Amino acid sequence: MAMELIEGNRAFAEAAVRAGAEAFFGYPITPQSEALEHLSKRLPELGRAFLQAESEIAAINMVYGAACAGARVLTSSSSPGISLMQEGLSYIACSEVPVVVVNVMRGGPGLGNIQPAQADYFQAVKMAGHGNFRMIVLAPANVQELVDLVTVSFDLAEKYRTIVMIAADGAIGQMMEPAELPPLCPVRPAEERADWALTGAAGREPNTITSLYLGAENLERVNLRLQAKLKEIAANEVRWKEYETDDAELLLAAFGTVGRICQSVVREARAKGLRVGLIRPISLWPFPNARIAELAEQVRGILTVEMNAGQMVDDVRLAVEGRCPISFYGRMGGVIPLADDILPEVERMADELDLGVEA
Amino acid sequence: MTVTEITATETAADMELIYGYPESLTEAYTIYCAGCSHGTIHRLIAEVLDELDIREKTVVVAPVGCSLMAYDYFSVDGALAPHGRASAVAVGMKRVSPDKAVFSYQGDGDLAAIGTAEIVHAANRGEPITAIFVNNAIYGMTGGQMAPTTLPGQVTTSSPIGRDVKEAGFPMRMAELLGGLPGAAFVTRQAVYDLPGIRRTKQAIKIAFQTQLQGLGFSLVEVLSICPTNWKMSPDQALEWAQKHMVDYFPLGDTKMSDEVRTMVEGQ
Repeated sequence: MAMELIEGNRAFAEAAVRAGAEAFFGYPITPQSEALEHLSKRLPELGRAFLQAESEIAAINMVYGAACAGARVLTSSSSPGISLMQEGLSYIACSEVPVVVVNVMRGGPGLGNIQPAQADYFQAVKMAGHGNFRMIVLAPANVQELVDLVTVSFDLAEKYRTIVMIAADGAIGQMMEPAELPPLCPVRPAEERADWALTGAAGREPNTITSLYLGAENLERVNLRLQAKLKEIAANEVRWKEYETDDAELLLAAFGTVGRICQSVVREARAKGLRVGLIRPISLWPFPNARIAELAEQVRGILTVEMNAGQMVDDVRLAVEGRCPISFYGRMGGVIPLADDILPEVERMADELDLGVEA
Repeated sequence: MTVTEITATETAADMELIYGYPESLTEAYTIYCAGCSHGTIHRLIAEVLDELDIREKTVVVAPVGCSLMAYDYFSVDGALAPHGRASAVAVGMKRVSPDKAVFSYQGDGDLAAIGTAEIVHAANRGEPITAIFVNNAIYGMTGGQMAPTTLPGQVTTSSPIGRDVKEAGFPMRMAELLGGLPGAAFVTRQAVYDLPGIRRTKQAIKIAFQTQLQGLGFSLVEVLSICPTNWKMSPDQALEWAQKHMVDYFPLGDTKMSDEVRTMVEGQ
């Protein structure tokens, strides 16, 4: 397949079509509306389901209904819209139906603005709704990775009967980059839908999909089953990328757009003789705890850089467990830190740690 | 009184079965209180599913409310929706399974308060789903609080001196509201307060499912019911009160029957 110049929002939407998505339900919100616009044309022309819902609340419940029916389904939104979907996400998690949600994050809190941000990290990885549950959360750093993660997301969602959230941001959603899209894959025929799906109780006992379990012990059993599944996911689905970590003395930890910027920071710091490396978590949950703990034994300190007030840094601290000092640099409200903003922080930390400069 | 012995040639197996337990109803005991209308309405739906021979292609969406375990009582595939979202869940199902018969079963809190947006838009888009809307003018499961359909002056646990319409607004006439939307094909209000009413309710439910099966658009049957427990009445008193007051505020009859549905009904 050839590379094409494509905007992030349209790219993930088209990637979903090609990954065999049968339905999309969503509500317009900047900076992700181009995805909904793209799907409003593409899905109907392929005879698949598209519906602009009356709200994000309705949209996520339509997604739930379509997933219950056994269809490959997604929605996308941006921060305030995801907040509206949280009740539905909790029901979906307990009901164990596969769903893909894309959050093209913007600045908050409140209505905030439409600039790119990463301030929904806690919401995505810690508590996407009420009750005990987690979603697989994948954070791309460029349009190609966003495209590639769409197919991965559908596969993981169906493998584990869980929610997969792609946590992108307004920069990735709005940016045009060359990317290679996957080939168009046909939708799964209705007669091949999963055996748990609500396809009509013809020649079998009725299927029920619920999140209601009366009795404390009964619901605890369900929770234990869900936790066991999450443990399996945590053991098998950790994804990250590293740059120049082999001999690093100072480690940058950053995800998504700012993770990409930090690659430039590593290059510039190395040009100044500082042995700096980068770990860029792709799966924000499950988090690459083990690898970060390993690197913490090697490096003298870690600088976490985020487009928020300091959220992933908590997980870095939990992974590091005091093995080395950790600093944080973040910008908020949609400000994207540039390499020139981050480099002085790297130099200051290197100075504090008394790191040597290579000639 | 004479007792006629059944002879060997007249065993039960030889007799023609003219009334039995609906196949579309499970044998599970319901959680409903004595005198509650849900059991009657469940049975009517099950009889309709049997008569239309669609049990094996029907999916029920249960609400949050007393009927939240409806999926245990119908022997069809079923899901539980978040409070108020049953119609949105049904829409999602139907859009990817257009050959299935999808119906939501919702109470007045679910459909007429928290789920107002979802039902209005489903109806307005003419989604080919069926909603069974059970209106008992009170929140049953949570212990008898005021519902959007609670009558003026009606005492509930959250309107202790009676619903004051100046404070709490007026009871919502959902059948009229939804019947006024262009996308709705068949919207009606019936009551299960006496045998003729029960028969008319069943007929309405049948038309509603046929409307869906024929692809004629959105259908909704509002069923006036009783809640003796939370009305704090005996079932007899509750029926009497309902016939006097509920039907007065919530008039029975069709609020919408599209020309296509009318043609279908008249052709039967």
